[in-house]
Amino acid sequence: MYIASYCHIRQQTLTYNGEVIFKGNPGNLDAFLTDAFQFLKIAYPKFYKMDRLSKLGLLASELLIRDSTAKRECKPDQIALVLANAHASLDTDVRYLESTKSMASPSLFVYTLSNIVAGEICIRHGIKGENAFFVQPAFDADFMAQYVNQLLTETKNEMCLAGWADVMGEHHDVFLYLAVKEGNGIAQLHTGEELQKLYQSNYGSVDLQS
Amino acid sequence: MDQLISNLKVQIIDSLNLKHLKPEDIGDDQPLFVDGLGLDSIDALELIVLMQQYYNIKIANPQDGPQIFRSVKSMAEFIKANQTA
Repeated sequence: MYIASYCHIRQQTLTYNGEVIFKGNPGNLDAFLTDAFQFLKIAYPKFYKMDRLSKLGLLASELLIRDSTAKRECKPDQIALVLANAHASLDTDVRYLESTKSMASPSLFVYTLSNIVAGEICIRHGIKGENAFFVQPAFDADFMAQYVNQLLTETKNEMCLAGWADVMGEHHDVFLYLAVKEGNGIAQLHTGEELQKLYQSNYGSVDLQS
Repeated sequence: MDQLISNLKVQIIDSLNLKHLKPEDIGDDQPLFVDGLGLDSIDALELIVLMQQYYNIKIANPQDGPQIFRSVKSMAEFIKANQTA
């Protein structure tokens, strides 16, 4: 198994395979998400209705999927999706709870499940393979590598969009990647060690400690 | 009526997070669902909340929904007919 490509979103900075694609102004995640979406010229108005977790997941998946030759060669039910995070849907849960003090918001309520981000990504990219969402204290590279490898080995899935997508308030940490069965020239081995390196990889001025 | 329709367009964009639209992009008679603005069932619930929040109007009979929420104009007409002075 190989890592075909990867994407980070941290500190209002969107990177693809380690290269900075878009950098927003610090301190306002909502503005960054909208600016990044418009910068990428994605024609998908539903984005504006999504919660922050779904927006983060959609932006990262967009970069990974749109240039993927593997995606074009796979049937929709051969593409799997495995995500994990620490805060589940808590960022939206809090907002929804706040809305109930005046008038409960139906559009917020529908995002009060952590795996809604998985659904939004599947709808956007026509993914119909197996999917799973795990809530863990921190990104567990060994677990993710083992789970995805097993999925690709023992099922008909040919590729997997996987990784970490977490948000709580202004804190956001996204590391998504594409795992494929067959690697091309630049693909890295899909192991826990490689995943941990990529997850922690630094770029530009982004400080991973904060 | 014109002012009410203008206000409704702003409120719909705000409540439904239609940030890709401006009020002038929404026609008075343009269908709100399916082929028009393309709103969905969750948006319909938000419109019901909007009516209650901004105009203190509750939709007593859910079967009236499709007619009330057909367009911004039909919403405005319903508000005008049901709002207490």
